[in-house]
Amino acid sequence: MRRFVGAVAAASLLAVGLTACSDDNDKGSNTPSSAASGQGSGQQLPSLKGQTVSVAAVWTGDEQAAFKKVLAEFEKRTGAKTEFVPTGDSASAFLGTRVAGGNPPDVAILAQPGVLKQFAQQGWIKPLSDDVKNTVQQNFSPQWQTLASYQDKLYGVYYKGANKSLIWYNAKVYDTAGAKESATWDDLLKNAALISDSGTPPFAIGGADGWVLTDWFENIYLSQAGPAMYDKLAKHQIPWTDPTVAKALEVLGQVWSRNDWLPGGSGGALQTEFPASVTQAFGDPAKAGMVPGADFIGTNIIKSTKAKIGTDAKFFGFPAVDNGKAPVVTGGDVAVAMKDSAGAQALLNFLASPDAAKIWAEQGGYISPNKNLDPAAYHDDATRKIAANLIAAGDDFRFDMSDQAPAAFGGTKGEGEWRDLQDFLRKPDDIPGAQAKLEADAAKAFQGS
Amino acid sequence: MADAAVPAREGGGAPGDAGPGTDASDSKAAGDQPRGPGAGALLGWLFLLPALVVLAVLVAYPIVWSLVRSLYGADGWSDFTGLHNYKELFTDDDTFTALKNNLIWVLVVPAVVTALGLVFAVLTERVRFATAFKLILFMPMAVSMLAAGIIFRLVYDHDPDKGVANAVVVGVHDAFSEGAPYPGARPRGNAGFDAAGGGFVTKAATPAGGTALLPLVALTADKVPSDAQPAPLAPPAPGAGVSGVVWLDFSPGNAGTPGQVDRGEKGLPGVKIEAVRGGHTVGSATTRADGSFTLPASATKGGPVQLRLAESNFATSFGGYDWLGPSLITPAIIGAYVWMWAGFAMVLIAAGLAAIPRDALEAARVDGATEWQVFRRVTVPLLAPVLAVVMVTLVINVLKVFDLVYIVSLGSSQKEANVLALQMYLASFGGGNNQGLGSAIGIVLFLLVLPAMLFNIRRFRRENR
Repeated sequence: MRRFVGAVAAASLLAVGLTACSDDNDKGSNTPSSAASGQGSGQQLPSLKGQTVSVAAVWTGDEQAAFKKVLAEFEKRTGAKTEFVPTGDSASAFLGTRVAGGNPPDVAILAQPGVLKQFAQQGWIKPLSDDVKNTVQQNFSPQWQTLASYQDKLYGVYYKGANKSLIWYNAKVYDTAGAKESATWDDLLKNAALISDSGTPPFAIGGADGWVLTDWFENIYLSQAGPAMYDKLAKHQIPWTDPTVAKALEVLGQVWSRNDWLPGGSGGALQTEFPASVTQAFGDPAKAGMVPGADFIGTNIIKSTKAKIGTDAKFFGFPAVDNGKAPVVTGGDVAVAMKDSAGAQALLNFLASPDAAKIWAEQGGYISPNKNLDPAAYHDDATRKIAANLIAAGDDFRFDMSDQAPAAFGGTKGEGEWRDLQDFLRKPDDIPGAQAKLEADAAKAFQGS
Repeated sequence: MADAAVPAREGGGAPGDAGPGTDASDSKAAGDQPRGPGAGALLGWLFLLPALVVLAVLVAYPIVWSLVRSLYGADGWSDFTGLHNYKELFTDDDTFTALKNNLIWVLVVPAVVTALGLVFAVLTERVRFATAFKLILFMPMAVSMLAAGIIFRLVYDHDPDKGVANAVVVGVHDAFSEGAPYPGARPRGNAGFDAAGGGFVTKAATPAGGTALLPLVALTADKVPSDAQPAPLAPPAPGAGVSGVVWLDFSPGNAGTPGQVDRGEKGLPGVKIEAVRGGHTVGSATTRADGSFTLPASATKGGPVQLRLAESNFATSFGGYDWLGPSLITPAIIGAYVWMWAGFAMVLIAAGLAAIPRDALEAARVDGATEWQVFRRVTVPLLAPVLAVVMVTLVINVLKVFDLVYIVSLGSSQKEANVLALQMYLASFGGGNNQGLGSAIGIVLFLLVLPAMLFNIRRFRRENR
């Protein structure tokens, strides 16, 4: 669901990006081949004349068109033919049937680290060759490599990233209230109080969608408890009854318990779905001041409001809680080889290079975890800033916790963590009760996996 | 349900039973004597074969498979758990809620829908344009459950600007009680005030001849009345009473000094101020267009007074009900379901009504019965068989309700709206992937539908006789 929202949102951002920069595109598709030899990573791609490399990915519409430009460049460099296979919404089920039928694609692009592990465990995907490994090590911070590994073997290339640690705000509401961007949680609360004084509830929360709430929790927990604890909680090595969780819920409660800080109070928030929460903050008249969340909120703003990103709608990184660092929670799409073919490894090698990232970056609607991508390549300032925030986190970013958990806990409507945090939003005073429920659900879900 | 009932009524055994074949062919063989019994039976079997195969594959096999599967756990055939799934079914909170909700559905919906259908059917007999009226009432049946679910998700939207239900409720409410002039306004950080039952009381008491500044915030500029004047920089002369000013202490960009009247900040007219001493109200005043007020000398005669801004100034406006919240979700979905099915009941009952012998009604009228008595003593008893069919059909349908509940409920209220069919899906495929438990729920659902089905089958057989 969340991936679906993200994909739709990203696709529409791209639509806007594409119409805005159609002349850039020509430049983009001409330059890489000439520039690559000069400033590229000195990458040696084998000649694959006469071979076909198939790639399965969830992308549709504009995202697919953008990715096909990347594939076109690969064709030009190697002489291979490429074939794009859309997987539909349920990528792992689709790939499962292809494997069962003895006809997997050469390369597949997966959205969850859990699926990569599951596929590796079943032997459906092949480890990266030494060549590709070198390219990945050059271009990606170790944390991205860990995410793409199973039992110390590197399996994948994170070609596309997402930044879920942003706070998007309505510049007009902020100006009216005299509020400023915040670097710390306490400062954010002060500014929220100011916005409330000005007559507008500061926060819009799409509480009807459980994943909105897990993103809130993850940002606070990562910053407050630190990456090491975050990893333990993500793997359920510590229980949800841990005191660090209580502290994070307490921080959450500082916002969630303020009925006058949410349009319609917490009851209203629980009946607001994610797209509606974006409209609350950026519609006219604005019913809220800001929406914390992911980069794809930008696409919802473009799609369903008249606000302009950069002037009416701005964003800053999620602030640091207590003495922690500002959190960076991410999502991303990882490319893996499903066949032992030279073509598959060559394509992965190409996708790991800054050149491949540059082609999509120039088209917009994309951020790359590749640290050697020149930020100048990004299509607009907003994306550049989001990407900078992601790269600057170095190894301290963490992948979305609920996406790492079994679906019954971290990814099902009305169940597990989604539902428990909704209950907590309804009753923010009952921290031990919320913890007990989270732990009971987590224990049940992790036991099955 | 219908396809199972049709072959079964020919025979008399349970669906999928080999019985129907023999029964039916026997009666057929008895019917046309000329041929030898062997050939007739064979021909009968031959004709029945396709139906039997389809029945076995599509009905009997899945039932048996579910029954067997329900004895195994989440991991499949390697994981035999016996009756554990059934035990979990009755001890698990979610499933129990689903069971409870199903009971509410079965008790409420068939009765309400049949009653409404009866009322509509009887009334449409007496109006002109009855066909048009019936057509409109029947129209929701043509809408798919999915579309109806999406429509009602909008109808029940929390925001009165979007949701019809709340728009009506809020409209009616506001017609009878006028809203507060400044909903949600409050002193900044409650400085200098104590909250008092939705209103605010100054901490400090003001003596006779004193002045008070009562700054309020949390109002957007557009909520200040258009006739409001800029607040006076100093309160008017108090005389022997108390004077003061109530104003919006927030200028754009938070430019002003908190707690002090800045140039351009507007007064708030129409705020009711009460003077309180020792828990008693000793005087009151209402602010003028510039937000200033003066309490008469009589109020301060007995000593300094505290100033109270009553709740009636700030009460947040009524925002409607949380239709999709945990407490109202089941009634809300039932409302949507009734909207869909009332037309169905009406059409069936109207057909039954048309078949009632007119002379019975006329005879009753001639005998001096009132219309109510005719309805109560003649129409309804004659309609009883039709009403029973409608009720039983609805019971079966209601037990299986799934799509409407799945679509209308939000993630935050799905548990409270849960019904068995939905829980069966969620347990099997919704994250937990426990198809054993799902099968067990399916079997229980089957057992619950069975009495209603048997009732229908028996009735069909009686009619055929």
